[in-house]
Amino acid sequence: MRPRQSNFWKVFSTPLVLALLSAAGLFAALLGDGVWDALSWIGLGIPAILALRGLLQRR
Amino acid sequence: MKSKTIRRWSFIHTWTSLVCTVFLLLLALTGLPLIFHHEIEHLLGDAPQLREMPADTPHLNLAQLVQAAERHRPGDVVQYFGFDDDEPNAVLTIMAKTAGTEPNASHTFMLDARTGEALETPQANGGLMLFILRLHVDMFAGLPGKLLLAFMGVLFVLAIISGTVLYLPFMRRLQFGTVRHDKSTRLRWLDLHNLIGVVTLTWALVVGVTGVISACADLLIAAWRNDALTALVAPYRDAPPLTQLAPATRLLDIAAEVAPGMNPDFIAFPGTRFSSEHHYSVFMKGGTHLTSHLLTPVLIDASTLQVTAVAERPWYMDAMGMSQPLHFGDYGGMPMKILWATLDVLTIIVLGSGVYLWLVRRKAARPVPPIREAGA
Repeated sequence: MRPRQSNFWKVFSTPLVLALLSAAGLFAALLGDGVWDALSWIGLGIPAILALRGLLQRR
Repeated sequence: MKSKTIRRWSFIHTWTSLVCTVFLLLLALTGLPLIFHHEIEHLLGDAPQLREMPADTPHLNLAQLVQAAERHRPGDVVQYFGFDDDEPNAVLTIMAKTAGTEPNASHTFMLDARTGEALETPQANGGLMLFILRLHVDMFAGLPGKLLLAFMGVLFVLAIISGTVLYLPFMRRLQFGTVRHDKSTRLRWLDLHNLIGVVTLTWALVVGVTGVISACADLLIAAWRNDALTALVAPYRDAPPLTQLAPATRLLDIAAEVAPGMNPDFIAFPGTRFSSEHHYSVFMKGGTHLTSHLLTPVLIDASTLQVTAVAERPWYMDAMGMSQPLHFGDYGGMPMKILWATLDVLTIIVLGSGVYLWLVRRKAARPVPPIREAGA
């Protein structure tokens, strides 16, 4: 089972961090304005930038 | 993961996605302008402009505003008064032939709370934005349309979950974020489908689930009427219909006394679906940022103006309240709206590339190793 296990984390560790980051971003702006809004922009912005980078990258 | 397991998940992913794709494309495309509906209405010149007056100009009382509304639309009755924190001098007013008239046949406009002057809000009653909104909400098919879209939303959520499971076998030998440009167009789009799909995962799940909840709002409201309201208004069951309503003058003060620390969100007049035949319902929202999306109804007897009850808030009404900001993306300023739109466009790309990958795989209809089977 060992190699399987490490496979799982190798594949899913980054997506998991991004998923938690977006969740925190979605939640943050519900709590307040100002700093909380800015946190939500970071939380949702990083996944969006990663996707756009992949999309626009040429070779 | 065994190849049989992969094939099963792949089957789920392919068919849940294919069935919902057309509807999801419609939702994502119509949702895009709706994110910016406020700004678009301003650009179209449709947004009402309140008259400039000194900041401390006193407000008319609610009974005077009811009269102003009735003068503006003789023969109609007021269904709802809504309050907006961004425009404290305005009262959003919804009127119709009868209190029970269905929402799409109502007329929405704005009253200047200081003068009682009526300002039309054409985009709330017709025009491009309402057309897009109806396409997005029910495709002009009423409750069946909403429930169909809710079902498509459930399929979308299943597609996201199965897609996440399939991410593992696909990415086992690849670094996160790899996009292979040098092999084939198909591989490039497969990698992009996986990358964009996985980074937008949380957002798409949240918008999907909250969309399903919102689509079921009619059912939730009906359930709330049955659960909470029926018991509270049971003593009124045999009471004769009201011919005269007690004046609305002090409704907000009465509600504030029993719901301290809360702010009014809207008032449902007697006979509307958010109230009973014999009550004004003042919906109070919480005083903090988070609780401002949760509504507590205060039922006020429409002939004696006594508080009948501060109704319980069942969990599903809270879920409905929290679903709104999380679906609309309107709670974090303009940067959030832009991110919302970006993520929406990214979702369109995931949907489009999914269809493309399925078509390419079907064209190459020859025996394929199981790993490619999962490519759709």
